[in-house]
Amino acid sequence: MTMDTAARGAGPLPDATGHFGRFGGRFAPEALMAALDELAREFETAKNDPAFTAELEDLLANYAGRPSLLTEAARFSEHAGARVLLKREDLNHTGSHKINNVLGQALLTRRMGKTRVIAETGAGQHGVATATAAALLGLTCTVYMGEVDTERQALNVARMRMLGAEVIPVRTGSRTLKDACNEAFRDWVASVDDTHYCIGSVMGPHPFPVMVRDFQRVIGVEARRQCVEMTGALPDAVVACVGGGSNAIGTFHAFVGDESVRLIGFEAGGDGVATGRHAATLVGGSLGVIHGMRTYLLQDDDGQTLETHSISAGLDYPGVGPEHSWLHDTGRAEYREITDAEAMEAFALLCRTEGIIPAIESAHALAGALKVGKELGPDATIVVCLSGRGDKDMHTAATFFGLMPEGENA
Amino acid sequence: MSAQTAYDKAKADGRAALVGYLPAGFPSYEGAVQAAKTMVDAGCDVIEIGLPYTDPMMDGPTIQDAVHRALVGGVRVADVFRTVEAVAATGVPVLVMTYWNPVDHYGVDRFARDLASAGGSGLITPDLTPEEGGPWLEASDAHGLDRVFLVALSSTDERIEAITRACRGFVYAASLMGVTGARSALDTGAPRLVERTRAVLDKAGSALPVGLGLGVGTGAQAAEVAGFADGVIVGSAFIRRLLDAPDLAAGLAGVRALTEELAAGVRHGR
Repeated sequence: MTMDTAARGAGPLPDATGHFGRFGGRFAPEALMAALDELAREFETAKNDPAFTAELEDLLANYAGRPSLLTEAARFSEHAGARVLLKREDLNHTGSHKINNVLGQALLTRRMGKTRVIAETGAGQHGVATATAAALLGLTCTVYMGEVDTERQALNVARMRMLGAEVIPVRTGSRTLKDACNEAFRDWVASVDDTHYCIGSVMGPHPFPVMVRDFQRVIGVEARRQCVEMTGALPDAVVACVGGGSNAIGTFHAFVGDESVRLIGFEAGGDGVATGRHAATLVGGSLGVIHGMRTYLLQDDDGQTLETHSISAGLDYPGVGPEHSWLHDTGRAEYREITDAEAMEAFALLCRTEGIIPAIESAHALAGALKVGKELGPDATIVVCLSGRGDKDMHTAATFFGLMPEGENA
Repeated sequence: MSAQTAYDKAKADGRAALVGYLPAGFPSYEGAVQAAKTMVDAGCDVIEIGLPYTDPMMDGPTIQDAVHRALVGGVRVADVFRTVEAVAATGVPVLVMTYWNPVDHYGVDRFARDLASAGGSGLITPDLTPEEGGPWLEASDAHGLDRVFLVALSSTDERIEAITRACRGFVYAASLMGVTGARSALDTGAPRLVERTRAVLDKAGSALPVGLGLGVGTGAQAAEVAGFADGVIVGSAFIRRLLDAPDLAAGLAGVRALTEELAAGVRHGR
């Protein structure tokens, strides 16, 4: 694949001001407007600069390990009742799709003459990827992480620190991903002269949703080609998990124009949407503004953000990228919820049938594939974005399944 | 009543206006009303009532703390309107400072109507710029409300022009690149930002006043800012007095003393 195909959007959206229909835009402090304008300009120029695209392609191929494999999951398919192909983003350097976006943004940071990156992270995948790219390019790195998440993802905190990043536990609000985002924005307002805020998903004020999408678009571009090579046809469905939604947009985008391909995103249903303890924004949210964008949002009658719940730190976010809201409203993509229990069942099933330990985020997509497979039947092919590997989640999983040695299940 | 009326009156007195901020519901519903009335009584010309919000992206630890307490205390949007009504009864202009989502969710026109009914003067919107503010520009026109947008040190002259054209009541100049919270020293770029904003307003033939906020917390700083801006905006320093006090009475005494210090400051700056 070339950067040209990866970076060029398939359709006319967003418009020049970053709107996907009524979603997106730029709801941010005036202090950041100059930096957002600069970023939008720099991204446009970089996309069309052969030196930039060549350097990014080189890093993706020779550092991140792209293209990632498309793996036939034969034994898992028996349980799904359809043919399941796994897009193996777990095989990328740092263990998830996050590296695709971060390498692009780190190169842009250097191009803008900035010397520091900040990031927010939930499960730590984006934080680890950012710390990695910062080390590679010699940038200073600060990562904000909700205190709750630093506890459930302690291993990734250690990885980030090992890579030279400063990790700051955020103790405000619900002490999870959304609060880490708030803190990163506060930092950015005060440091914007020398600092780039490396947002980790297709969210935030324009140009972040379109820029992150374009850096992640490589997933779907590869998957589409690989699927046709492997099966002789396009898949019947493409499924991915959706928190902020970057792996899902990255996978969906190459297929948006293929009307025969169903695009299905699976959100974190937690204990079930009916219980109120969930993070399924498109299934259970309403229109609002958060973190610089207009999108669907989990909020109460006063427009206050609701606390979310998911067994997956990476999906524990009350908003969603604006392009997903648009795909949801237009009906081009479908969004459903997967409960914690369903995700963990699929997690265990992939381990036992394919010898692959997935991230708990990705396990939501796998649980979705099990449902979609039964609906579509044995002749159907489903591409699942396996967005990350599960090493970071072993403590959570081992506790959930009671696999820890006596006395260590707490 | 537009906030500009209070600015004009201060100007006629040969001084800058003093603008005080406090979130509704902090330290309690009644405590906030009493504190705001104390601020008016001791010399504030304009009051900003903060709408407590779960994700205060632009605020430092002091305001975050106060707003969190207000939300835990159960403050609702309806309480914000009640607070505005109680404080506006003192006769000073009262504006609501709010992040955009609560207004968006309430319904922009409905919010404007209810604010106007409560006697409120308008809104200050830290995360809404005129580009995204179409519905609010319409609603504020329909209900005769002030709309105060922010200009920042990083704003280009082109943006300052577009922002000030959309403003009514006053222009809020953010004195530093950073979040709310009292600072020991003001950014040296602040006078230059006010000067640039004035130049744009003068060119447009506008007499809109320019208030400067973020980081101001002492009488000496108020005097310094009053030397070059039309208004001095103070928030965190008031909250600090209430947070640090053992009880409401002591907090109100602290708020009164600070207001008097700042009010003296805006008179000594010219």
